[in-house]
Amino acid sequence: MAPFFQVRAKLGPVIPDNSIPMLQLLSPDGTYGVPKEYAKYGEIIDSISEDTLLAMYRDMARIRRFDIEAIALQRQGQLGLWVPAIGQEGAQIGSGYGVGPNDHIFPSYREHGVALTHGVELMSILKMMRGVNHGGWNPEETRFHLYAIVLASQVLHAVGYAMGVKFDGKVGTGNLEEDLAVISYFGDGATAEGDISESLLFAAVNKAPIVFFIQNNQWAISSRVDTQTTVPLYTRGEGFGVPGLRIDGNDVLANYAATKYHMDQAREGAGPVLLEALTYRIGAHTTSDDPSKYRDEEEVEYWKARDPIQRFETFLRRQGINDDFFDEVKIAGDALAADIREQTFALGIPPLENIFNHVYSEEHPEIDRQKAWLKAYEEKMGSHE
Amino acid sequence: MSSYKEMPIAKALNAGIQKAMQDDPKVLMFGEDVAELGGVFRVTEGLHKEFGQDRVFNSPIAESGIIGTAIGLAMRGYRPVTEIQFDGFVFPAFNQITTQLAKLTYRSEGFLKMPVVIRIPYGGAIGAVEHHSESPEAYFAHTAGLRIVSPSNPNDAYWMIQQAIKSDDPVIVFEPKRRYWQKGPVNLDTPPMPLHNARLMREGSQVTLLAYGPMVTTALQAAEIGADEGISIEVIDLRSLSPIDYPTILASVMKTGRAIVAHEAPTNVSLSSEIAARIAEHAFYHLEAPVIRVGGFDTPYPPAKLEETYLPDADRILEAVDRVLAY
Repeated sequence: MAPFFQVRAKLGPVIPDNSIPMLQLLSPDGTYGVPKEYAKYGEIIDSISEDTLLAMYRDMARIRRFDIEAIALQRQGQLGLWVPAIGQEGAQIGSGYGVGPNDHIFPSYREHGVALTHGVELMSILKMMRGVNHGGWNPEETRFHLYAIVLASQVLHAVGYAMGVKFDGKVGTGNLEEDLAVISYFGDGATAEGDISESLLFAAVNKAPIVFFIQNNQWAISSRVDTQTTVPLYTRGEGFGVPGLRIDGNDVLANYAATKYHMDQAREGAGPVLLEALTYRIGAHTTSDDPSKYRDEEEVEYWKARDPIQRFETFLRRQGINDDFFDEVKIAGDALAADIREQTFALGIPPLENIFNHVYSEEHPEIDRQKAWLKAYEEKMGSHE
Repeated sequence: MSSYKEMPIAKALNAGIQKAMQDDPKVLMFGEDVAELGGVFRVTEGLHKEFGQDRVFNSPIAESGIIGTAIGLAMRGYRPVTEIQFDGFVFPAFNQITTQLAKLTYRSEGFLKMPVVIRIPYGGAIGAVEHHSESPEAYFAHTAGLRIVSPSNPNDAYWMIQQAIKSDDPVIVFEPKRRYWQKGPVNLDTPPMPLHNARLMREGSQVTLLAYGPMVTTALQAAEIGADEGISIEVIDLRSLSPIDYPTILASVMKTGRAIVAHEAPTNVSLSSEIAARIAEHAFYHLEAPVIRVGGFDTPYPPAKLEETYLPDADRILEAVDRVLAY
């Protein structure tokens, strides 16, 4: 078997094997073209409006500006941690736009772009990273479920949810108001977890309406993707009966088309599918990480040349979109950054009783006892103010 | 007038699940071999036939997957009842139970409820091979967000499983597998008490003997023998291991001045350790003797030919009774 990666030296740059078939509609230089074997995905792009294309660009730029600001806020001590998604905007915004209005999304913890496309308040993510709460948005309202920090844990929840959708008879009825599917995001690192194998299996044997969406950003903290797998990840589902497709993760149109096509299919009852978006984590794993210790600048440069936002901008300019639009987007981004800075500074410390709230849905004597104890203790010791 | 029916614990659990499934179409039952076979202990016998493949189904042999998908089903509005085939097989699901199931209500600030029931046949004395006789309840009782119960008789089994299914919180039901075929009357009309209450099983004046699950029968035997010897032992069935009904325990210990906690699990960092500490904290001046823990030894569960010695019996409990009375 041919090596999965062209490894130039031991622990040298991780550059993907470009001979593996991959859905790409926008080449790195911004040229649009539909290879004939991918015609069904091209048809989806044919029906996309210019307004939607511009909205996608706005969201990609918006989430990158948000990300840059969040890194700054962490450096200033305003956030406990930040998890940058810079470089993954094509995979996240593209796939987020491909998810239907009734569908449910089960993310990992780096899906800020997907969150943006589904109405999650960006401040909710900052609150969590500041340590004000552990999530705190309503997953039933947004259909974007809570961030999952234990890798792959959320993927089984997604499969269970999809099984429930099927039990409810909300698959393949042809009623587009009612039918829905589920998508779960995870990374190349998470694929090593047993919960991914169990998820693929449970989804396959139940023919659940789910799309597994891997963002293969090449690194799991400091571990190269070939630490997690010896075969391309889009083939990971085959042994379970889950077909796969590799997508150029930095091509927003390919991600949109593939997600939309396969979510529609899942909703119609085709069963599970696995998408691998080949992308790159330009930044660190988190603000606690130092990628210069484990990867070469040469590799980062390779990927920077394939930046999803730059690529899409080139495409849009060729479509006749001019500076007025891009200037407006930049101004809006700076306004967003100023706004989240101000809101983050204003976030206080949550009430101490939040330690005890919602441990259980129903009454619990031990929680009540300890809550009362803390209240009395605080009163005895005096205020911290 | 309540109607009563005599049945064993396994059958009472079966009838309780059946009733819950009849009452609420959102209740599902799944796990390994629970469908046509009815589970290796036949606790789910007949349910697949009555409720069909969409509500009672066999899962792949993947415990993490069982609990993880149960969580997703609960998010979708179902009330999944899951079976872990044996106590020693729960550990592949430990992550999903402790980091996800137990925390999702807290993580979501109450937006998500987690009405998931995990049934686990547990404990020894059935002559089984390794990993089939364990008592892992302390691992779960240590985890906030879970509720843990263990019925000791058919009436409690019938009602506690239904109360567990009705709870909006995750409940682990540890089922005393060696007592599955022990019969008793089940009141089909009226629940005996709330899910998390302890029950005074036998009044006594000299020693409080606390037990749960399979050890309740053993504790009652010990009290009977004690009575013959002129020792008055009060027996309390804890029923709930998280939360624990401390008011009932403390009222008894304040009366008798002595306490023994008995279970099959190893005593090191166990339910009995915690209960002993709480009694010391809240009933110190009422105690005539230290609280004694009677349990399995701090070893792996031994081969079956040694389990009779490993597991506490009435004699081991009475030896502890002699010790507390000696103070």
